Amino acid sequence: MQGDRIQPIAPIEPVLKPGHTYASISDKISDIVVKRKTTLGWFLGFGIAFSLTMVLFASITYLFIKGVGIWGVDIPVAWGFAIINFVWWIGIGHAGTLISAFLLLMRQDWRTSINRFAEAMTLFAVACAGLFPILHLGRPWLFYWLIPYPNTMGLWPQFRSPLDWDFFAVSTYATVSLLFWYIGLIPDVASLRDRTEKRLPRLIFGIMALGWRGSAQHWHRFQMAYLLMAGLATPLVVSVHSIVSIDFAAAIIPGWHSTIFPPYFVIGAIFSGFAMVLTLAIPLRRFFGLQDFVTLRHINIMAKLLLLMGLGVSYGYLMELFMAWYSGDQFETYVSLNRLTGPYWPIFAGVIACNVLAPQLLWFPRVRTNTLALFGVALIVNVGMWLERFMIVVTSLHRDFLPSSWGMYRPTFWDWSTFLGTLGLFFTLFFLFVRVLPMIPMFEMRELLTHREGHTREEQQKLAVEPEGSVA
Amino acid sequence: MIAQSQLYGLMAEWDNPDDLLYAAQQASTEGFRHMDAYTPFPVEGLPEAVGCRPTRLPFLVLCGGLFGGVGGFFMQYYANVHAYPLNVGGRPFNSWPAFVPITFELTILCAALTAVFGMLIANGLPMPYHPVFNAPHFERASRNRFFLCIEATDPHFDRSKTRQFLENLRPQSVSEVPC
Repeated sequence: MQGDRIQPIAPIEPVLKPGHTYASISDKISDIVVKRKTTLGWFLGFGIAFSLTMVLFASITYLFIKGVGIWGVDIPVAWGFAIINFVWWIGIGHAGTLISAFLLLMRQDWRTSINRFAEAMTLFAVACAGLFPILHLGRPWLFYWLIPYPNTMGLWPQFRSPLDWDFFAVSTYATVSLLFWYIGLIPDVASLRDRTEKRLPRLIFGIMALGWRGSAQHWHRFQMAYLLMAGLATPLVVSVHSIVSIDFAAAIIPGWHSTIFPPYFVIGAIFSGFAMVLTLAIPLRRFFGLQDFVTLRHINIMAKLLLLMGLGVSYGYLMELFMAWYSGDQFETYVSLNRLTGPYWPIFAGVIACNVLAPQLLWFPRVRTNTLALFGVALIVNVGMWLERFMIVVTSLHRDFLPSSWGMYRPTFWDWSTFLGTLGLFFTLFFLFVRVLPMIPMFEMRELLTHREGHTREEQQKLAVEPEGSVA
Repeated sequence: MIAQSQLYGLMAEWDNPDDLLYAAQQASTEGFRHMDAYTPFPVEGLPEAVGCRPTRLPFLVLCGGLFGGVGGFFMQYYANVHAYPLNVGGRPFNSWPAFVPITFELTILCAALTAVFGMLIANGLPMPYHPVFNAPHFERASRNRFFLCIEATDPHFDRSKTRQFLENLRPQSVSEVPC
């Protein structure tokens, strides 16, 4: 219980460890890509993820040969794992946009060191999410009928349908996330282009950097574009998950037909996304030695946000139960009772344990700054949010208005293999990302250094920091 | 020695943004107009000092957003009222509340595309070759060095006098940049 153990809580922990210069920031981050040898651990992790991706491809191939009958979906539960996984993945993506866009507008400088990989997480999660609506179509090769294009059938998509809204929302989200991520990368791949000595990477980074040379005029427009993109992405992220929730809420199924759905889904999405950011950030900072840039301050703030969102989600559960009782509607009441006491009660119990109870641990500063404990809580929340989507999709459908049409839903091997396969795809992309691109935005870190330190000369930084450094 | 006609400009190099900003302001006061600064991150006040015009990007993005919104709504209106009117339980063909989500998404999409491609086009990117890359140490412009280039096209540009002017601002080095 020495001072050392209890001390490192929020206020004294900086967003950037002292002692860094423009050069040291640039070198430390770019060396991971251009200098560092690919470690055995990376190959191991990548190998596992890549094998799972192969499982995904095999599952998709079998699905396309046999059709959706290989899954557990049936009537009444026609939306099984595909929709659960879709909502889960896209929800995870939302925290990345929130960190990179909303926190930029709020001038939260701690976002700087985590925004790049959070955005990458968004992109890869959206890629996984985007597969499912297509896979669960009876005729997946006709998915492009959702796009309005001049066709010989003289037909238009049904613009009044939430399913078409979904298509527009998800494709806009994927496009905007990709552009936002890419323009943020331009100055950084220019740094890599200038730092790498090998010819081929130099050429590839050179092409990606588009000839960026850091001109003042260019920075001026770049900053404006970046700010505008942040302003556009913030309402977009809210709209996307609202529209996802309207896929449910626009139906008259009890347990879905509710006005609380859009905010409840948005908060749930951010909750699961922050859990995933922590799940990725904690191992990343350890394996790549990035404790100087992703400090305990970041970890602590994210844990607090996780707790806040957890409380929001808890409020959603409470309101669902309250409204079921308050509405006096027989079917609404039954859905809630069925969730609590029906055949799927373990799912409900799991949701409460993972999403309501587990985050309460985050009230304790010692849990928030203990990365191992926090990693555990984040994993539990990831599971809990997946269970929540299972609860919403399955328990509402399996017992609706007519007891004669009641049924049960049991996932099959192929349901699981497709789901685990997307986890593989996500981590494969993520492993590639941390190997070939800078996972922390270098130019924003240099800017942060100027703003934080107040004195900009490299010599001064070194001098001012020496005594502090010895204490820490 | 590079021939006068082959000269792009004179490049000076500092190791911190404050000195560069001061130098750029001095150069502006001196009457130089054709110059640009190259930095590893955006430096506040620098665009004004080297004489950048305010960007029209926000206005373009507004136009892009309006185009997306109006176009998106019109597409749905046209499809449902003119091209393929479908009577669903006597509900109005122009059921505008149901058109809001797609209108909104297309507004954001078009505005975002305008922001990114507008920025790239206005900046003249992608540009595979630029003379400033010939300057010595220029690879550090994306790491920890701050450059100011006074271009030979400037009416006040004089090879030795401009060099003298830059030397007086105590840079790390001054070098000639060939075209």
